[in-house]
Amino acid sequence: MGHDQKYVDKKYEVVGTRFNRPDGIDKVTGKARYGADASAPGQLVGRVLRSPHAHAQILKINTKKAEKLPGVKSVVTFEDMPDLTGGDQGLADILENCMARGRALYDGHAVAAVAAVDEQTAAKALKLIDVKYKKLPHVTDVDEAMSESAPVIHDRIITRGVEPAPTKPSNISARTQMGYGDVDAGFAEADVIVEKTYKTEQTHQGYIEPHACLASVNPDGTAELWVTTQGHFVFRNVCASLLGFDIAKLKVTSSEIGGGFGGKTHVWAEPVALALSRKANRPVKLVMGRDEVFRATGPTSSTSIDVKMGAKKDGTITAAVAEMRYQGGAFPGNWAMLACMTAFACYDIKNNKSIGWDVIVNRPKVAAYRAPSAPMAAFAVESTIDVLAKEIGVSPIDMRLKNVAREGTVAPYGPTYGPIGIEHTLQAVKDHPHMRAKLKKNQGRGVACGFWFNIGGQTCTDLNIGVDGTVNLTLGTVDVGGSRSSMAMIAAEELGIPYEQVRANIADTTSLGHNDMTEGSRGTFSSGMATVFAARDAISVLKQRAAKMWGVPEEDVVWENGQAVATGTGHGNLPPLTLKEIAAKSGRTGGPIAGHNEVTADGAGMGFASHICDVEVDPETGRSTIVRYTVVQDAGKAINPDYVEGQFQGGATQGIGWALNEEYIYGKDGCLQNPGFLDYRIPVCSDLPFIDTKILEVPNPLHPYGVRGVGETSIVPPLAAVGNAIANATGVRMTHAPMSPPRVLAAIDDRENAG
Amino acid sequence: MTGKMRVRLSSTLQLTGGPGSAFEVHAETISELMASLVDRYPSFQQMLDRGVAVSIDGQIFRDDWTQAIPATAEVFLIPRIEGG
Amino acid sequence: MSNATLVSTTVNGDPVQFACPTDESLMTALRNRVGLTGVKEGCGTGDCGACSITLDGDLVCSCLVLGVEAEGREVATVEGLSADGELHPLQQKFIDHAALQCGICTPGFLVAAKALLDRNPNPNETEIRYALAGNLCRCTGYDKIVHAVQAAAKDMRKKKRR
Repeated sequence: MGHDQKYVDKKYEVVGTRFNRPDGIDKVTGKARYGADASAPGQLVGRVLRSPHAHAQILKINTKKAEKLPGVKSVVTFEDMPDLTGGDQGLADILENCMARGRALYDGHAVAAVAAVDEQTAAKALKLIDVKYKKLPHVTDVDEAMSESAPVIHDRIITRGVEPAPTKPSNISARTQMGYGDVDAGFAEADVIVEKTYKTEQTHQGYIEPHACLASVNPDGTAELWVTTQGHFVFRNVCASLLGFDIAKLKVTSSEIGGGFGGKTHVWAEPVALALSRKANRPVKLVMGRDEVFRATGPTSSTSIDVKMGAKKDGTITAAVAEMRYQGGAFPGNWAMLACMTAFACYDIKNNKSIGWDVIVNRPKVAAYRAPSAPMAAFAVESTIDVLAKEIGVSPIDMRLKNVAREGTVAPYGPTYGPIGIEHTLQAVKDHPHMRAKLKKNQGRGVACGFWFNIGGQTCTDLNIGVDGTVNLTLGTVDVGGSRSSMAMIAAEELGIPYEQVRANIADTTSLGHNDMTEGSRGTFSSGMATVFAARDAISVLKQRAAKMWGVPEEDVVWENGQAVATGTGHGNLPPLTLKEIAAKSGRTGGPIAGHNEVTADGAGMGFASHICDVEVDPETGRSTIVRYTVVQDAGKAINPDYVEGQFQGGATQGIGWALNEEYIYGKDGCLQNPGFLDYRIPVCSDLPFIDTKILEVPNPLHPYGVRGVGETSIVPPLAAVGNAIANATGVRMTHAPMSPPRVLAAIDDRENAG
Repeated sequence: MTGKMRVRLSSTLQLTGGPGSAFEVHAETISELMASLVDRYPSFQQMLDRGVAVSIDGQIFRDDWTQAIPATAEVFLIPRIEGG
Repeated sequence: MSNATLVSTTVNGDPVQFACPTDESLMTALRNRVGLTGVKEGCGTGDCGACSITLDGDLVCSCLVLGVEAEGREVATVEGLSADGELHPLQQKFIDHAALQCGICTPGFLVAAKALLDRNPNPNETEIRYALAGNLCRCTGYDKIVHAVQAAAKDMRKKKRR
């Protein structure tokens, strides 16, 4: 059945209020089962052996001694995971990242794995595997990797996007260019031009739950996988392709997920666990240690960015250029391309150009991290705008408002914007009481904006009505941050029944059609749309049944406030039939009542935010403390405002961690020196104040309730908001994130020495 | 059949043997648009394999190729993005 | 299992025995041998607090305690927090205030927050923030967690007066 996804303004009963989540009790009592919390009869413990070298040829792997150790049931190397990818380079890269094939490409790259009867035996077995390495020259820095003298990591990489195509391989996998207008002419018009170079270090999503799975493969090729993932259907398809399973015969169940932020959109050890189980013919539980999570999964790009912007005295930005270098780890990515698409997206700049260089280095394969690539570009651009505003003598907010993108502005990536909320967020920031709060000594205030696309994707939802009128809503998008409550609210809204009458669950891959990942802020947008449509499907069935119960024509029945009402001449006096009454009789009116929807949700609507940050900098130590923070973001429509606020606060906090502390530190040997939460410091409770939020609602025209994705945009502005606040507190402009105490102190000292 | 519509391409999607920065086509849906595009410029298939999204009047369609394209719409091809 | 030692202890008020190798952490023993998977492993190095429990009333990271050290002591985990079919006020307020998103850190936060309120029934915001600084949460920015603890503390003080 076709449904109209267009936004319709209406009054809501349930949507927009606050309800407790259906999985709350399980999660506060310890009953909720996450990736590492499942077990199976006869299960083995899986462990992975990882490369201690940044780049090395693997001459020989001798597993004989490990195999002979009593209690060891299987040992696998790349030979147990043959390449079935059939020329699909993207899939081949995933396979090689899961298990090294002749070469270790980064410190932590998986080289072999064992399954044994217990933890102690598995650990002992890892030590008995003898790997002969020949160390190769390595490079971990993005700028060094681009130089002529850098060791070339993959001979097959010829830079895309350069014409004529280079004849020699390099570490530059692609060049991207976006923008429009004539930047030279734009700069000629400018009264003031600012040019700066920025660096941002690599950070990790830092989910508290390490990757974990329980794999069980049978000799007939059927298999099950219990796993912490952002998308079990996609994991199923990828694992089936890599291991040669039939998709329908691999049942994947998503456990409760202990955080993802993009890092659980990629398979890492899951194919290895399946290969171990296949070889041992027993279930294998594989749980990563925190050091493995840091060394071998997830991180975002480290970057190096040049920005040049010019403006007239009245604040109009006449030209903007950014050249951005992003490393994607040991495999090609499109991270710099995303940077090009987002860098200037908040503004209407007549002449703009973004150039992106995607670069390969000896570091773990980069994965999406919340609005991937946008925070670093925003750090550079939003910092530069503040410098420009200061030189001209305009307030940073007025400078941004003067150049803000609106409906009708041509986006830097080409198309013309529809209705968007960036101007609304900036105006709300300008009017916010935070802007008038008094600053004390050594304190400064910064403002910054951010943009993220949001995406839709394939979605499938079932809605089944029980004979007592309670409703099971079956979803296929993994609930990362409380989406089950929002989906149940939407179903209740459509059906006209109380929230408590709906129970939302996440189905395994054998119980529902394919669903794409919960990524790109798409959960509430896509499953929300599918839920609206599934509920409308169920309502049409409910109306048919009511018509049968009354013996009136179907077209004379309407659905109002959770009940069927007969309209038209002749049956105006019939008392309405409630959902419960219709459900109770369903066995005799045609069987179970259900609604169903499968949709490729598209048109997720852009997400824009503006943040305000007050920071206090200790001039003695260079330590920055956040004293006040406010997030203003356009949500389109907030289904459950509690969890929208939670997304705003969580994203802002990750951005603050990135701005102030978090970074991967590599030694000269190319090995990661801080693979743990002690030395990779994420924000703790005592680091932060309460984070104020303001939800704006500029409806997305392509969602029935006007929903936009809200999960990612909030991580985009903080780096620059913090940097701008530090600049206002100290007079020192930081261009290297994280702006950790030693860097800020050095910058303050440099200025004092110079001055 | 309505008149030809003008389709513009992000510079990232422009390649040798491709349509350049814009081309004109008869198409009522995204899939018709993509079919004519590859028919006329076979080398564009590599871009499709890597991922292309279509912006129709500023709204990005990444996956749904059954989407109708109004004759007067602004149509822009951009790289297909992913998120966290 | 080599070098296994039999450990007799009390967990959430009940007598419990388990056998574990002498080098196994109490966290692993509680999860794998006692079946209390509400004790979460986030790091195994005492940095994240997801495995927080109390040992004779003291808040500890169970990953930094050996299983054999539980001999003769009183262990309390998140599983023992609710009694008589009712949620503990902290559990209820965490749900009411949306103080959890993914929920993996929640058991540790609840155990740590209870340890705080046991010794200080009326903590101010700063005291709450420092008492919970050993527990990492990556989803919430801590805002709603602090609000939930404040609300639970108020609730518990009211109940006590009654």
